[in-house]
Amino acid sequence: MPLSPDNKIGPDGTTGPKPILEMRGISKTFPGVKALNNVQLTIYPGEVHSLMGENGAGKSTLMKILSGAYFADPGGEIRVNGQPVHIAGPLSAKAHGIAIIYQELSLSPNLTVAENIYLGREARRGLAVDRAGMFAGCGDVLARLGATFGPRTLVGDLSIAERQMVEVARAIHAHSKILVMDEPTTALSNRETRRLFDLILRLKAEGLAIVYISHRMAEVYELSERVSVLRDGTFVGTLPREEIRPETIVRMMVGRDLSSFYKKEHAAGSTGRPVLEVAGISDGKRVKSGSFTVHAGEVLGLAGLVGAGRTELARMIYGAEPHTAGTIKLNGQQVAFGNPGEAIDAGLVYLTEDRKAQGLFLDMTVGENINLGVIKRDATFGAWLDRAHARKRSVAAIKAMTIRVPGPDMPVGALSGGNQQKVLLSRLLETQPKVLILDEPTRGVDVGAKSEIYRIIDELAKRGAAILVISSELPEVVGIADRVVVMREGETVGEVGGTTGIKITEENIMALATGVNMGVAA
Amino acid sequence: MSDSTSGGPTIAGTVAVDAKATRQQSMRTLVRAVGMLPILVILGALIQVGGIYLTGEGRFLSWQNLSIVAQQASINAVLGSGMTFVILTGGIDLSVGSILAASAMVGLLGSIDYGYLGLVLALLMGLVMGLANGALIAFVRLPPFIVTLGSLTAIRGVARLIGNDTTIFNADLPFAWIGNDSLTIGPVSVPWLIIIAFLIIFASWLILRRTVLGVHIYAVGGNESAARLSGIKVWAVLLFVYGASGVLAGLGGAMQAARLYAANGLQLGQSYELDAIAAVIVGGTSFVGGIGSIWGTLIGALIIAVLNNGLILLGVSDVWQYIIKGGVIIGAVALDRYRLRGSART
Repeated sequence: MPLSPDNKIGPDGTTGPKPILEMRGISKTFPGVKALNNVQLTIYPGEVHSLMGENGAGKSTLMKILSGAYFADPGGEIRVNGQPVHIAGPLSAKAHGIAIIYQELSLSPNLTVAENIYLGREARRGLAVDRAGMFAGCGDVLARLGATFGPRTLVGDLSIAERQMVEVARAIHAHSKILVMDEPTTALSNRETRRLFDLILRLKAEGLAIVYISHRMAEVYELSERVSVLRDGTFVGTLPREEIRPETIVRMMVGRDLSSFYKKEHAAGSTGRPVLEVAGISDGKRVKSGSFTVHAGEVLGLAGLVGAGRTELARMIYGAEPHTAGTIKLNGQQVAFGNPGEAIDAGLVYLTEDRKAQGLFLDMTVGENINLGVIKRDATFGAWLDRAHARKRSVAAIKAMTIRVPGPDMPVGALSGGNQQKVLLSRLLETQPKVLILDEPTRGVDVGAKSEIYRIIDELAKRGAAILVISSELPEVVGIADRVVVMREGETVGEVGGTTGIKITEENIMALATGVNMGVAA
Repeated sequence: MSDSTSGGPTIAGTVAVDAKATRQQSMRTLVRAVGMLPILVILGALIQVGGIYLTGEGRFLSWQNLSIVAQQASINAVLGSGMTFVILTGGIDLSVGSILAASAMVGLLGSIDYGYLGLVLALLMGLVMGLANGALIAFVRLPPFIVTLGSLTAIRGVARLIGNDTTIFNADLPFAWIGNDSLTIGPVSVPWLIIIAFLIIFASWLILRRTVLGVHIYAVGGNESAARLSGIKVWAVLLFVYGASGVLAGLGGAMQAARLYAANGLQLGQSYELDAIAAVIVGGTSFVGGIGSIWGTLIGALIIAVLNNGLILLGVSDVWQYIIKGGVIIGAVALDRYRLRGSART
């Protein structure tokens, strides 16, 4: 998307328009933690400005200060349209035209689209809520955004992408000039992401300033006029569009080169014996037919669009959901696990895609979380805890997985996403699995932890484990898998890599995942 | 290895911060463990001083009275132990008062013909009722509040049915020593009610903190779907906690019957479930499950017993006793939340 000539933006704004938002010298101290240290950020109208940094770098804290959820330490300054402002709380942020769309959407699913858009600012006629007026009043905004649903639709009936659109509509309806989007695409399919990008470009053209927070390099590259990078609570720098390059950004984010980001050192290909053979698995609903084979020492990718049935398939194999048809063979033996416990005992483990809701026990300590899968095996008479052994295990796991935590007694909820994921992985690995099904193993994980997780996966494959990696990040699948099986609408529809002779590329995978032939290169 | 460069000042900084966080964490754990103890001490002191001021003599702090307080707390502490298991899983058991009554009836009736077997029958009655609750919750997947609200009413009816809606007496109750005698070693003499309560509390602590089952109980309360996915048999945990709550209610029934030599299906154990829940909640256990300790429940039960006893000693009227008790329960929990609010930053 080319910049319009009259909209030339220099880092100091000498020739271009005036910045709509300037944050200068922003610091934030929590008890014992300096979360932000003298950070600056300048945003111009009509630009998409990406904000990047590892988890814990301070992006969210900075945005929370902007939205009035936190107060900055004295000394900093926030200017909107050149005027110094004091953001006293969420309402005052809104009054200054700042709207934030968080990862966890803040809509009420039991209300209609119009009621959500007007939430807190309900139109009234006398004492009564003016429902008709509200329905009429937001039809215009919805049409402008290209929404396919009406103001009377219940938000609970909308998809995540459509709900995001409602959030955007709410912001525009409240005359927001600065829109902050915090990882808006994590829960979207590729098609929905496409539609969101169109929306963002339209908003940009209308002169809104958009602060875009994302871990996904491709998105940042596609959308941004400029990219600012934070590291450990400090401002590293802002890159203009011409200088945006993945390597540059990664170096700025982690302060070092990630020479070999993806690891594939294990012997590639399906050379080992088949360990997990799945044929025609179905639940009669979301999954129509899932078939694939994973060999010892192999990393098999399972790709597909969100909603293609990959997670459902994995959960059936793991015994978390029942299947109605098909066979599963583990080391040549036919199996059908009635519950996850049986699968774990047989050496098959599953890493959930939703580590907070389905994986970790956030109130419990790191040590307890790591040991949870093996306490029964370690226990005296299967009942009495062996606490010394548990401690040894967790200390060793923390070291082996480089989990950044001073000791096993910290509650796991206090850790960053990457470290939490490593704790969850440790729990699986302690059970000495032969087969691992890893569902989105690097979701919500920062770049540094990502490369460490890739290293761990590679290491496991070297030691002969059979690994199935479900991932929606195509570069990741291409980077770490030996072969890739693709699912579409509940069925495994094809394979690339290995003996198929088809190269593992993002294009070839997408062609299978969407069913659209984009010229598969053999 | 590519991560050999991942050391450096950033990580050292993080660890320094984390070390501080660890100290804060252990502080928080200490605060939680000590919990409501200061409230208990303050309440006791207030009642003692109030007694001296109002009646001219401080009767509260005497060995005899404290022993009475402990005995009064004992049955609630036993019920509260079972309730702690249940609430730690994120559930609730409203039926313990009714189970206590039904078990006391069965125990007394049984004791007339079969002597000590009555005690066993009382426990068995509690266990069966508790398992029935647990089965409905674990297998039929009904909400605990609904199930035990139903059994609160139904088991009350069963308790009345057992004695044909009359009061059962047994003047020769073989296990009456439980409710009335003491264990005397040298100069020290401790009522059996207190000993039983302590044994139950200690056993509960062992289960919660030293066994696999205990970890699973906390896990189910902390995150049920994660528990299921990590291979924990959630149904077995639920069956255990409701079974335990039932059998302890049965024990409570036997203790109550032993004390009175009598039981009435209609009156016995009325609203005991509320005192048991209050003890658990005042003791700092989270109502949504996953966080809490059995020692908190013990202190909670003592606070309630001290209030009951102290208000009577001070000559406060029955009506005002209710109002003050309710106020103290809410106030204590509010204070607890306020104290912990600043530290909860996860």
